[in-house]
Amino acid sequence: MSDHIVSSFNEDLKDLASRIVEMGGLAETLVNDSVQALLRHDLALAERTIEADKRLDEMQIQLEERCIVVIARRQPVARDLREIFAALRISNDLERVGDMAKNIAKRAQAIESDFNNKTLAVGVEHMAELALAQLKAVLDAYTTGDLEAVEQVQKGDKQIDSMYTSLFRQLLTYMMEDPRNITMCAHLLFCAKNIERIGDHATNIAENIYFMVSGDHLPADRPKKDETDVTLP
Amino acid sequence: MEMTAGNVQQADLNGALPVTEDGVPIKMRANQVTVHYGEKQALFGVDLNVRKSNVTALIGPSGCGKSTFLRCLNRMNDTIDICRVGGEIVLDNEDIYDPKIDVVELRARVGMVFQKPNPFPKSIFENVAYGPRIHGLAQSKSDLEEIVATSLQKAGLFEEVKDRLDEPGTGLSGGQQQRLCIARAIAVSPEVILMDEPCSALDPIATAKVEELIDELRENYTIVIVTHSMQQAARVSQRTAFFHLGYLVEEGKTNDIFTNPKDQRTQDYITGRFG
Repeated sequence: MSDHIVSSFNEDLKDLASRIVEMGGLAETLVNDSVQALLRHDLALAERTIEADKRLDEMQIQLEERCIVVIARRQPVARDLREIFAALRISNDLERVGDMAKNIAKRAQAIESDFNNKTLAVGVEHMAELALAQLKAVLDAYTTGDLEAVEQVQKGDKQIDSMYTSLFRQLLTYMMEDPRNITMCAHLLFCAKNIERIGDHATNIAENIYFMVSGDHLPADRPKKDETDVTLP
Repeated sequence: MEMTAGNVQQADLNGALPVTEDGVPIKMRANQVTVHYGEKQALFGVDLNVRKSNVTALIGPSGCGKSTFLRCLNRMNDTIDICRVGGEIVLDNEDIYDPKIDVVELRARVGMVFQKPNPFPKSIFENVAYGPRIHGLAQSKSDLEEIVATSLQKAGLFEEVKDRLDEPGTGLSGGQQQRLCIARAIAVSPEVILMDEPCSALDPIATAKVEELIDELRENYTIVIVTHSMQQAARVSQRTAFFHLGYLVEEGKTNDIFTNPKDQRTQDYITGRFG
């Protein structure tokens, strides 16, 4: 899009966008680190992740303040207004993604020993990879405004949801086999749920990008696929 | 002049106002309106429905034709020798450019408020009383006093001036003068009020008062306003029409125009990307 006559308004909008990109990068790192801390039982990395989440919270507050100032000073309309709203909402989602990573890092600290079950570890790792890919794809789409990529992210969430469902079943079986597994499996279950939530946040971000670019809402054919609530007897 | 929109002819037959697709009566209708100033063409085939009891804002950069269009609606362009108007403008099923139309009567039905407040160099009372008197709207002195008081009340000015109606209108503040001009326009019971940047010479408080007034007047009058302030258009109007280089680019609900305009030129203009 062509530039504003008032160049400082352009800079305001660019500043918001680059803050989102920066927050997105940090959120990705936090998710990656927290899962690594969990899988490798790396307590120091877990600690650093929990600490780094504070920065993400701080960045979100600053971005929110910038948005309010821009709205008050520029009275944006049309696409400009949508960009600012998208920035506000996306920053909220990214902040929540950080919280999810922090939760996983805390679980990593709580779990007493290394995984002795490779299957479960691989399951969690694979799910985390998918969620990270979704997060990366949606952040790229934020920069490019590629609506097709946005719709792909929306569709991709289904896969994470079904992985979560199958991991849930696996963990359940494992707990029933030997009650001594329950503590670790419960922690893992929460971690898996947190990763599943990260996927949902990526979808939220996709919806906001779609609205920002097109002015319309992303058609809601979004399949709600967390089936764990119906697998219980 | 011929009708081009077949669907409105139907409604004409029984004398009722034609309605828009969403059921709002159309007070004025412009049909392929063109305007030439000498050799230079200022408006190109403008089609626009002015909805009854709505505020329609005309926006666009300087020289886009919005004021020219506004002035077509009560034939103010007749006063410019080199100006030629083509196409058709209909008020309540009547072609206002029909030679049988009495232009003085038309301008009573379609009143106008200008950019700079222009009270007559007479008393506040006389400013408002002048129109009803020349149009013979008052039978007696008390009739006339009644009209003046009601008009000033509707314009939200009565309380401020009721004790000094014989003082000159030019002695009022800018904002009060503009509301006096609105009272003067209302006094002849118009059906449509045209406003050409009515707030551009006013401070923010006076502007807010006039905007509040516009919203109240909408109940009884149909209003068309030209404004350079995007925020004002967004605040006061229900419909917005964007003009550019003599063309009507986009017309729609104000809410839609300011959140999700369909045309890139509209988007660029309202967000401040060209002017």
